[in-house]
Amino acid sequence: MSKGTLIVGGSQAGLQVAVSLRQLGDTSPIVLVGEEEHPPYQRPPLSKEFLAGEAELDSLAFRTPDFYAESGIDLVCGERVCEVSRSPSGPPGSGVATTTSGRELPFDRLALTVGAGARRLPVPGADLGGICYLRAYNDAADLRTRLATATNVVVVGGGFIGLEVASAARALGRSVTVVEAAERLMARSVGPVVSEFYRQAHARRGVDVRLSSAVSGFRGERGRVTGVELSDGTSLPADLVLIGVGVLPRTELPEQLGLVCDQGIVVDAHARTSDPSIVAAGDCTVQPHPITGEGRVRIESVQNAVAQAKVAAATLLGRLGNVISVPWFWSYQGDLRLQIAGLATGHDSQVVRGDPDDEQFSVLYYRDDRLLAIDAVNRPADYMAVRKALGQRATIPPDLAGDPALPLKSLVNAAGTVNGIGEPLVRDKRFWSNGHTIAT
Amino acid sequence: MGTLSKVIYIDSAGREYAVDATVGDTVMATAVKHGVPGIVAECGGNCSCATCHVWVSAEFAPVVGPPNDMEEDLLDMGVSERRSTSRLSCQIRVTEALDGLTVEIPPEQP
Repeated sequence: MSKGTLIVGGSQAGLQVAVSLRQLGDTSPIVLVGEEEHPPYQRPPLSKEFLAGEAELDSLAFRTPDFYAESGIDLVCGERVCEVSRSPSGPPGSGVATTTSGRELPFDRLALTVGAGARRLPVPGADLGGICYLRAYNDAADLRTRLATATNVVVVGGGFIGLEVASAARALGRSVTVVEAAERLMARSVGPVVSEFYRQAHARRGVDVRLSSAVSGFRGERGRVTGVELSDGTSLPADLVLIGVGVLPRTELPEQLGLVCDQGIVVDAHARTSDPSIVAAGDCTVQPHPITGEGRVRIESVQNAVAQAKVAAATLLGRLGNVISVPWFWSYQGDLRLQIAGLATGHDSQVVRGDPDDEQFSVLYYRDDRLLAIDAVNRPADYMAVRKALGQRATIPPDLAGDPALPLKSLVNAAGTVNGIGEPLVRDKRFWSNGHTIAT
Repeated sequence: MGTLSKVIYIDSAGREYAVDATVGDTVMATAVKHGVPGIVAECGGNCSCATCHVWVSAEFAPVVGPPNDMEEDLLDMGVSERRSTSRLSCQIRVTEALDGLTVEIPPEQP
């Protein structure tokens, strides 16, 4: 009898692997193990609606409790898989996993969706009370409780998480300072024009933004944080600190399995690890660029977790397709709605569309006049047009894109190619109900 | 659990899914939580993906009302068959007045 699939990691990617296996017709057992005591839930609202009091754990749950039983998905919450051993005599990829409580979970197929953890800041005083991270529901619940009574909030890290928390804290009327080590905000995610816009926009909303500022330590009294020390000697008062300085993919288990890791589990375009019988998906992976197929990128996003998990499920069932999925991201910081499509890495030119002073503008990124990506601020139509164009391997002429009177969708030129590859794309509905374009 | 209100989803093959929705939840979240196929909602209701497109039945369309500005842009660009009753289901909140709301799910989401 088949022992079915074990999915290690019960969040967005893990749940999607399970759901996709069922949608693809797999009837063998599926066990989904999650370290947290909560059934799978949405993480993005934790730094937005949840902090604002507009969402609760119940409303964030991906599925009703009944769904798992009805779908034949055996959900194991609150247990971490600490060891996996392979079965040399069983089918390729089969083995037994052991959880921290000693439970043994035999499997014929293994999917790793172990995610990433918040990167810690290794400075003196970092273990004082009132210094928080935000990754899981329990972190968010703790942060929300503390925000309710905080006076001076210092956010370390000017990325999505840090700025979303800063917005939420300002909306509650707290005094907020953002300390960023780099010379601009969200440097890994957006271009300099957008970074500068956000610096000014947050400043207009009363956030004290400090760039090129490194934290040297925290001071406290009676075990609680009272201030943040910067390396230039500045001292900031603080009774609540949120550290958002990126994540580290969890590679302990894959390394134990001997899988190749390089700042994440290395997978190919089919979500296969260096042991092709084991798949991995989501924030824990590094993969070839999803549009060009080149290099190695780590994409931390809902979209990637879902897209890669669908691919991983198909791969486990022996169905390999060539998938092109356009990466997209969003970060809502109060009334500033940032939407990103594509990856701007390697761009050699950009077009600014609209006026940043209006708090409604987009920046399109190009390489050799080929469209790569867009950062759109409060311009969802621009974002959707670029997302659609990239999915069709089309481009938008840079000389026209800067005229905000011309809708981008009227400029999409479908005759384009990426890397000289111009074959038509066909939607393959055998495997995919939506969301991804597949070259067949 | 809050008050319940019935929502009926009809997929492209004509299958009906009648779900007890919690008042205050969105029509999208209700579908996803109950595993109604065809409503994908990758962005989790943030009006960023246009993968929760539905056609609202004619009798409920006036009660549900028209799309908001941001939704309008996504519908305009993002969906495969825009109709006069097209809405993104993440932008429709279940109310008691919507008890019995019927929506059709398009054969494909973008």
